[in-house]
Amino acid sequence: MTRQQILDLYFIDARHKLIDLAAFMDRVERAEGNEDFRMKAFREALEELSKNNREKARQVLLTFSDPTTKPIAKASVKGATGAWPEKTG
Amino acid sequence: MVSRVTDDYVRMATAGCQAICEPAFWAGFDRSSVHGFYDYFCQLTEHEPKRAAKFGLPHFCWLCINPKESEDLKLADDVLAIIPKFLNRPNVLGIGEIGLNKNSRNEMKVLEKHVDLAAKHDQLILVHTPHLEDKLKGTRLIVDLIKSDKRIKPERVIIDHVEEHTVKLVLDTGMWAGMTLYPESKCSPARAIDMVEVYGDQRIWMNSACDWGVSDPLAVPKTALEMQRRGHSAAAIDKLIYQNPLKFLSQCPKFKIQRPWQPT
Ligand SMILES: [Zn+2]
Repeated sequence: MTRQQILDLYFIDARHKLIDLAAFMDRVERAEGNEDFRMKAFREALEELSKNNREKARQVLLTFSDPTTKPIAKASVKGATGAWPEKTG
Repeated sequence: MVSRVTDDYVRMATAGCQAICEPAFWAGFDRSSVHGFYDYFCQLTEHEPKRAAKFGLPHFCWLCINPKESEDLKLADDVLAIIPKFLNRPNVLGIGEIGLNKNSRNEMKVLEKHVDLAAKHDQLILVHTPHLEDKLKGTRLIVDLIKSDKRIKPERVIIDHVEEHTVKLVLDTGMWAGMTLYPESKCSPARAIDMVEVYGDQRIWMNSACDWGVSDPLAVPKTALEMQRRGHSAAAIDKLIYQNPLKFLSQCPKFKIQRPWQPT
């Protein structure tokens, strides 16, 4: 497909998702209290979108990923939160 | 499919689905003993094939204790001990979906035991990779563990739930990469097709998530429609949604299906 055809097929959907993201951020910022590690990772992931690389989806996923390599001592919960809690800097 | 209503079998048959391959997975709660697994394996090998057959759907399954219940090593050993009794049943394809959930040491131990079981009984392997932030690390640990067991041929292993940051990692090992399609929160049809366009259609298999969460048994046919909208040929779609899974699964001699409209 040409770039024009991709835009014709997906632009409205992507626009809708982008506005949804913007509204989500407004909602978070309107609410009382502090942000946590998830929003920190989220803001970092957003920066990936303005960079000039062709693997934006991969980079966003890496931003949210646990980068360590050793198994953890014990699985105390079953679920995942969507971002790595120990991320700093 | 233990987590789905019969109407889903009807919908899948209507959409042209040719066979169901159901992995053993978490029940949404922890089973209290090995007896719960015994009954579950009977359900997968006796009851579900009958339920699917009413709509002309051959039903196959994979057996294991899933990684969400692998923290309890005693329970895992008990379950591993009963699996061989079921491996000769006609609809059992192999060991799965094994793998990791939170990437813990006990999960790794149980994964290793399952891989050993598969090697000893010459079984195909279906692997679940963790979701969200745990996927990258879990996928790395899993492929390293499987690669280190020289008895396992990579082309007899499928690593499921790949996403953009893990698909290449898996394909580079010679193993198959599964893309599980979800209506929300994980891999979408559009992203799955993107990965096929970037990484090619060799050793890639798409499957519909049909679990206890928000999922859609028709995700694969919907992805086929999406491929059509993007201008992929009928042959390219057929390769991805039919020929590829057929190629992988035909490594198990018990996997035999016939498209009803094809001449014998
Ligand atoms: Zn899974």
